Amino acid sequence: MISQIFILSSKGDHLIYKDCILTTGLLVALFCLCLYLLILLQSHKGLHFIHVRQGGLYWVASTKTNPSPFTIIEFLNRLAALTKDYCGSLSEKSVRMNFALIYELLDEMVDFGYIQTTSTDILKNFIQTEAVSSKPFSLFDLSNVGLFGAETQQSKVAPSVAASRPIMSSRGEQNEIFVDVIERLSVVIGSKGVLMKADIQGEIRIKCFLPTCSEMRIGLNEELSIGKSQLKGYSSAVRVDECRFHQAVKLDEFDTFRILKVCPSQGEQTVMQYQLCDELPCAPPFQLFPSVEKDYVNRVLIFLKLRCDLPPKSTALNVSITVPVPKGSTSMSQELSSPDQTAELQPKNKALLWEIPRFPGGAQLSALFKVDVPGLSSASLLEVGPVSMSFELPKQTCTGLQIRFLRLSPTQTGLSQRWVRYVTHSDSYTIRI
Amino acid sequence: MPYLGSEEVVKELRRALSNPNVQADRLRYKNYITKVIRYMTQGLDVSALFMDMVKASATVDIVQKKLVYLYMCTYASDKPDLALLAINTLRKDCADPNPMVRGLALRNMCNFRMPGMTEYIEQPIVAGLRDKASYVRRVAVLGCAKMHSLQPNTEIDGTIVNELYALLRDPDPVVVVNCLRALEEILKDEGGVVINKPIAHHLLNRMKDLDSWAQSEVLTFLLRYRPRSDDELFDILSLLDAFLLSSHAHVAVATLRLFLHLASAHPTVQADALLRTSAPLLATCGAASRELRFAGLCHVQQVMRSQPGLFGTHYKRFFCGYSEPSYIKFRKMEILVELVNDENVALVLEELRSYCTDVSPELAQAAIAAIGRIARTYSEKCLDILTGLLGLKQDHITSAVIQTFRDLVWFCPQSTAAVCQTVGACVDSPQDSEGKQALLWLLGEHGDQISSAPYVMEGYIDGLKTELSSAVKMELLTAAVKMFLCRPAETQDMLGRLLHYCIEEESDVCVRDRALLYYRLLQRGVEETRKVVTGPKSDPSMSVLTGRQEEPISEWDSTFNTLGPLAGCDLCPQTAATSAADQPSCRAENELLPGKVDTDVTLSSPDDAEEEISLSLGPPLSHETFEKMWLDLETLHRQTLGFPRPRAAPDTLQAALQLVKIQTLAFTPGDTVPWKAYIYTRSTETLILAELLQGDQQAPGSDESLVVSVKQQPVNQHAIRGFVSVLKSVLQTLNPIKSKN
Repeated sequence: MISQIFILSSKGDHLIYKDCILTTGLLVALFCLCLYLLILLQSHKGLHFIHVRQGGLYWVASTKTNPSPFTIIEFLNRLAALTKDYCGSLSEKSVRMNFALIYELLDEMVDFGYIQTTSTDILKNFIQTEAVSSKPFSLFDLSNVGLFGAETQQSKVAPSVAASRPIMSSRGEQNEIFVDVIERLSVVIGSKGVLMKADIQGEIRIKCFLPTCSEMRIGLNEELSIGKSQLKGYSSAVRVDECRFHQAVKLDEFDTFRILKVCPSQGEQTVMQYQLCDELPCAPPFQLFPSVEKDYVNRVLIFLKLRCDLPPKSTALNVSITVPVPKGSTSMSQELSSPDQTAELQPKNKALLWEIPRFPGGAQLSALFKVDVPGLSSASLLEVGPVSMSFELPKQTCTGLQIRFLRLSPTQTGLSQRWVRYVTHSDSYTIRI
Repeated sequence: MPYLGSEEVVKELRRALSNPNVQADRLRYKNYITKVIRYMTQGLDVSALFMDMVKASATVDIVQKKLVYLYMCTYASDKPDLALLAINTLRKDCADPNPMVRGLALRNMCNFRMPGMTEYIEQPIVAGLRDKASYVRRVAVLGCAKMHSLQPNTEIDGTIVNELYALLRDPDPVVVVNCLRALEEILKDEGGVVINKPIAHHLLNRMKDLDSWAQSEVLTFLLRYRPRSDDELFDILSLLDAFLLSSHAHVAVATLRLFLHLASAHPTVQADALLRTSAPLLATCGAASRELRFAGLCHVQQVMRSQPGLFGTHYKRFFCGYSEPSYIKFRKMEILVELVNDENVALVLEELRSYCTDVSPELAQAAIAAIGRIARTYSEKCLDILTGLLGLKQDHITSAVIQTFRDLVWFCPQSTAAVCQTVGACVDSPQDSEGKQALLWLLGEHGDQISSAPYVMEGYIDGLKTELSSAVKMELLTAAVKMFLCRPAETQDMLGRLLHYCIEEESDVCVRDRALLYYRLLQRGVEETRKVVTGPKSDPSMSVLTGRQEEPISEWDSTFNTLGPLAGCDLCPQTAATSAADQPSCRAENELLPGKVDTDVTLSSPDDAEEEISLSLGPPLSHETFEKMWLDLETLHRQTLGFPRPRAAPDTLQAALQLVKIQTLAFTPGDTVPWKAYIYTRSTETLILAELLQGDQQAPGSDESLVVSVKQQPVNQHAIRGFVSVLKSVLQTLNPIKSKN
C-alpha cells in the first residue's frame, strides 16, 4: 500500500505530490539525499521510499507497510510510461505543463494507496484533461521512420520509441500503429577477439494511436524456434532461448504459424519479450584491433582499428568508444580518418572518448591517439582498457527476428498506417585489450 | 516555505477568482484554478482561497471539478468549517445520473480529513455499495476503509463488514480486490481479512480476470490460507502454475512466494518451483529498468542462500555492464563470487580483473575484495592477479590489495608464503590508514618470512612525526613488538626509538598507554611478552563459516518479495522505527552548557524530533561574517552523534548537505586529524551555525564519533532540534556506503 507518490525533478523540486493516506510531518528533503546516492530503498521513521528514474525525473513512492518491491517498481515504471503516453514525452517541462492531467491520472490509478487500474482502455474513459504538447506535432518528426525498409531521410535517428506525442490528442485523426522490435545487446569480447559473453534481450513493442482497437495479427518469422531443444536441420532458423508474452496476447496460432493475435489498447505496450544467451546468430557487430605502445618518455600511443561487421547496406549510428587511459593523462593529440568523427580526453573519467556519428557496414576505421602522461611507467600501460562501446543499429535485429506481416482485422474501416521498425541498442559492449 | 510575498500571490488570485468577468469566461476561470493548484504543489499556502474554490466546484465541467476537489482534499483539514459548505455540493453530485460524477464526488468526499465527517459520508457510501455502476462500487468499498481510518478506535460496523464480504462475489474484479483491501484495513486489529476455503477457492477461480496488480495482491492474501489436504494443495498449485511464468515480474515472484509457502512440507515441489522461476528472475536481472534489475538481483541472492547451484550456469548474466550504476555492480560482484566453480573460475576472474581498474575507487576496491574472497578457494590464480595489480602503482589499488592479502592470510594460511614473497617484493606502500594498518599487521605477524620487513618498518618509524592516524601508530607499536620477538637483532634499535617517541612525545593518550604497556611487558622479559603478544596467526575455521552453506528455504521465504532483501536486512516497519532509539551509541549526550541552564536543551530521545522543520539556504554567508558570528555567539547545543564522519568524497558530502538545504562553508581535507567542518543554514527567521568535529583531543568523545556544536541567532530550540535530526540522518545515510565495501 502506497502512502505517497512524488515526481521530483533531477534537482529535487516537487513536480507532483500526492498524499494517498493521512501522513503528516515528513522530511521529503531527506529523500532527495538518497536519490543522490542512488540508494534504491531508503527508510525514514518507518516510511520506506522507493524510487525509479525515468526520463531524467525521479518517480517516488513511499509506503509504511512492507510490500513487494517488484510491484512498486513496476507500478512506478508504468506510471512513467502512462505519463509519457498522455503527455507525449517525458521531461521536466512536459510534466510541469501537464500537471493537472497527471493529477487526474493518479487520481484514477491510485485510491487510498491501492492501485486501481493502469490500463489505458479503462483510463481513457475518465481522463478529460487534454495534454499540452511542448511542441506542436509535425510530420518532420516522422521523417526518420523507415516504412517497410524504405531508406531513412535523416541520419540522426533515435527510433527506440514511437512517435513522441500524446495519444489522446484530438489534433487530427491519426490512425496509426507502430510496431517496434527493440533488442539490447550485451557483449564481452576477450583480448584475442574471442566472444566471451553475448546476451540479447529483445522485445516487441506496440504504440497504438487507433481510437478503437480491432484485432491485430503480427506474423513473425515462420522458422522461429524457441528453446535450446528445438534445433532444426538447416541453419537459417531464427532462434530465441525463451519468450514471454503480454497476457492479452492470444497464442492459438503461435505454435503452428508464429502469429501473435492481440487487441492493442491505446498507448505503448510490450507484447513480447524474448532473450537469447551465450550465442550470437551473426558475427558481433564490431571488432577492435588495438595496439598500445609506449612512445617517448611520457607518451602512450593508442592505435585503434575498428571494423564493422554488419551487412554492407546497414549502418551503425552514434557509435561512441570509451578507452580508459592511465591516471594523470594531461593532453592528447589525435589522427582520425574523417572530419565528422570527434575525440576528446576526459581527465575526470580517466578516459578518451571517440565518437563516430555514422559507421557503414563492412567499413574499417582507424584512429591514432597520442596521450601525454607525465611520470609514465610501464605499469601504466596496463591501465589502458577494457574498451566499451555504445551504438545503435537501426533496421537491424541481431537475432534475425522479423515481422512478416502486420494485419488489422478486416472489419477495420478507414485507412490506417502501420509502421514497423527495428533497432538494436548496445546495452553493454565491452572489448578487452 | 521559501516563498516570499506569498500573500501577494494569494491576494491577486482571490481578486481574479472573485471577479465576475473572470467567472463568466469559463476558460479564464479554469486557468486561474489551475494556477492555484500549481502554487499548492509548489508548497505555497493557498488555503485562504478556500471559499472561492468552493464556489468554483459548482460547475458542469468535470476537469474543473476534479481540480477543485484536489484542492479541497488538501486543505479540508485546515478549514473544517468551510469544508462543510462544500459537502452539500458533493452530496448532490453523489446522486448525479452520470456514474463518473457520482464516483468522483464520493471518492473526494471520503478523502476529506476532518472530524465529524463520518455522519455525512456514511449514507452515500452505503448507497454506493449497491450502485449499479462498478466504478462507484469500487470507490464506495474503499470509502468504507477511509471511513474507518477517520475514526480508528470506534467499534467495527458489523453490517458494513458483512456487506463487504458479500461483495467479494461481485462481478467486477477491481471491486473484489478492493473488498479484500478494505476488509484488511477495517479488521486490522482482529488479524485482517479471513481467507477461508470458499473465499480462497473463489479468489483462485477469479485469478484470470484480474489485472496484474490485483493478481499479485491476491496472491499475497492467499498466503494466509492453509489447504486442508495434500490433494487440495496440489489442485491449488496446478491452478497457479501458469502464473509462475507471468511476464510481469511482480506476479511471477508473488506466485513463487506462495508456492514456497504452501509447499513448505514438500521440498521437491519448492525446488521445482525455484527452477522454473529462475528464468523470469534472471530476466528481471537484465530488465531495461535499473531499479527492477536491482530488485531482481537482491532476490536472486536470497534464492542462492538455499540453492547456490541454481544460477551456476548463468554466471555470465551477472557480468557488469559498463554503464550500470554502482549499486547494481556491487550486487553483481557479490553474486559472481558465490557462483564460482571449477569450470568458470578463469572467466570470472578475468572479468573481475577488468573491474579493478575502474574509474570509481570504491568499485575497484570491491572488485579486489571479491577476488580475495575467491582466493580462499582458488588461491593460486587469484594471487597472480593481485600481484599483477600491485604493479599498477595506484594508491587505492595497492591499499585494497594489501588489505585483501591480510584477510586472505588470516582465512587461508596455506597462501602465507606466496603473500609474504609478494609483499616483500612490493616497493611502494599504501598511503591511506586502512592500507597502512594492513601492511603493518602483515609485517608484524609474518615478519620472519618477509626479508625486507625491518627496513619497511624503519621507514614508518622514521616518519612517525608526520603520521596523523592514531590507529596506525598503535598498529605500528604492536607490529614492532611482534617483529622484535622474531628478529630481535634488526629490530631492537628501532623499537627503542619508537617506544621512546611514543612515551615521551606522543600526545594521544591511547598510543602512549599502549607504548607504556609494551615497555613494561618487555621489562618483564621476552618470554613473558611473547606469551601476551603472540596469538594465532590465522583462523582457517572462519572460512568454513563464511563459505557457502545451504540454508533451508524456510529461513528466508517469509521476507521473499518484500522490501527486506533490498534493504539487506530483515526489515519490519515496527522495528525500523524503534531501532535507532535502541542503539546505545545513538544516545544523545546533552550537556547543559554554562550560562544557558534556563533554556530547555533536553532531548528525550533523538527520535521524538518529529516536528516538521523547514531549512532554507538563503543568501550565502561570507567566510568573514561566519567567522565573526562564530566567535561572537555562544554554543547552544553540543551533541555526540555516535558515529564517525562519513568517508564520502568531499563534493559528495557537500552536495548531500546542500540537498537538505545545509550550506557547507569549509572543511578540512581528507584524513586530516582532527577533522572539522563548518556548516550553516537558515530556518524560520533564525540562522544556525554549526561545527562538526572528529578526532580532537580537547573535545571529549570525539575520537570515534562526530561531535556537533551548534550556535544560533536568534535562539530557537525547536529549530536546533530539527536541524540536528536532519543533519544526523544525512550523515548516517552517507556512512553505510563505505561500511558495505
